[in-house]
Amino acid sequence: MDSPTVAVHEGAHHEHPSYQRHHFVTMDQQRESASFGMWLFLLTEIMFFGGMFTAYLIYRNWYYPAFVAGSHTLSIVLGTTNTAVLITSSFTMAMGVWCAETRKRSGLILSIILTLVLGLVFLGIKSVEYHEKWVQHHVPGLRFDAMTFVHPKAEPGQPVEPGLPLDMAQHTEIYFSLYFAMTGMHALHMIIGMGLLIFMLIKAVQGAYDDGNIAFIENFGLYWHFVDIVWIFLFPLLYLISRHQ
Amino acid sequence: MSEMEAKHGEEHHIVSPKIYVMIATALLICTALTVAASYLELGPWNAVVALGIAVFKATLVVLFFMHIKYSSRLMKLTVGAGLFTFLALVGMSMSDYISRAWGSF
Repeated sequence: MDSPTVAVHEGAHHEHPSYQRHHFVTMDQQRESASFGMWLFLLTEIMFFGGMFTAYLIYRNWYYPAFVAGSHTLSIVLGTTNTAVLITSSFTMAMGVWCAETRKRSGLILSIILTLVLGLVFLGIKSVEYHEKWVQHHVPGLRFDAMTFVHPKAEPGQPVEPGLPLDMAQHTEIYFSLYFAMTGMHALHMIIGMGLLIFMLIKAVQGAYDDGNIAFIENFGLYWHFVDIVWIFLFPLLYLISRHQ
Repeated sequence: MSEMEAKHGEEHHIVSPKIYVMIATALLICTALTVAASYLELGPWNAVVALGIAVFKATLVVLFFMHIKYSSRLMKLTVGAGLFTFLALVGMSMSDYISRAWGSF
């Protein structure tokens, strides 16, 4: 990297896009620096969510019957639908990055709109699930009744759950605390992401990305896919792994 | 200079829509598989299968949607370092619980 750089800057001004900062030798170096910074941020996010995942694993170990009973109250249908919705939104975002890279403005706008709509569908389904928790008195701290696990009511079309002893039933509150903490932080990340999507949509309509200055879109893509990965792990842990116990 | 320019072309790889479609399809199929597997009676293997499929899905997302397969060694090392640190921290936190049942089977 030594001699060619000097040679370039001794002569006439080196040709480069206007958005290349002068402390970067090449556009690739600038792009990789931005992407490297984004990944470092995502690593801190892994540690942040990792703490909650670890808490979930340890408490599940301690109060296993309560966690099994708690997870049986979640709807597999809604959870599966949301997983499919989020994966599809990751796909539309990846297509948005491709459209930006190949400078297709209308394709980029369409991808951003689709990603936004799918994000809204996800949050809509999530709010239906949260509402159900409210109705069933499964919201820790605000509206919680452990007795629903001591004397479970028969759900239509499902076998009657065996009741838990009172002390174990009270620990289902920990399951729901973690459920709301984890899905709530995940939903907050999506809400922030959708704010950024609206920002990008406005910029894209104005043609701000037509010159190839798309680092923002590429790094937002990484963020959106990360949020998808968090859900990929939340879904089996919260909804699936206790089906049969 | 020519050497540097030659490198330019290779460095930024644009992943094609075809690959994105294939990966999205694979992810949806894996989702169906993991839901189907959760209805089978597998005892302790239910959790293993579900988490195994989740790890596979996450790997696909990181490699293709997040372009790590086509990225430089620096980026690959960054992701690897993050994963290693995460696993070390979780592993150490869980070490008591992981080993507690040893000998009781």
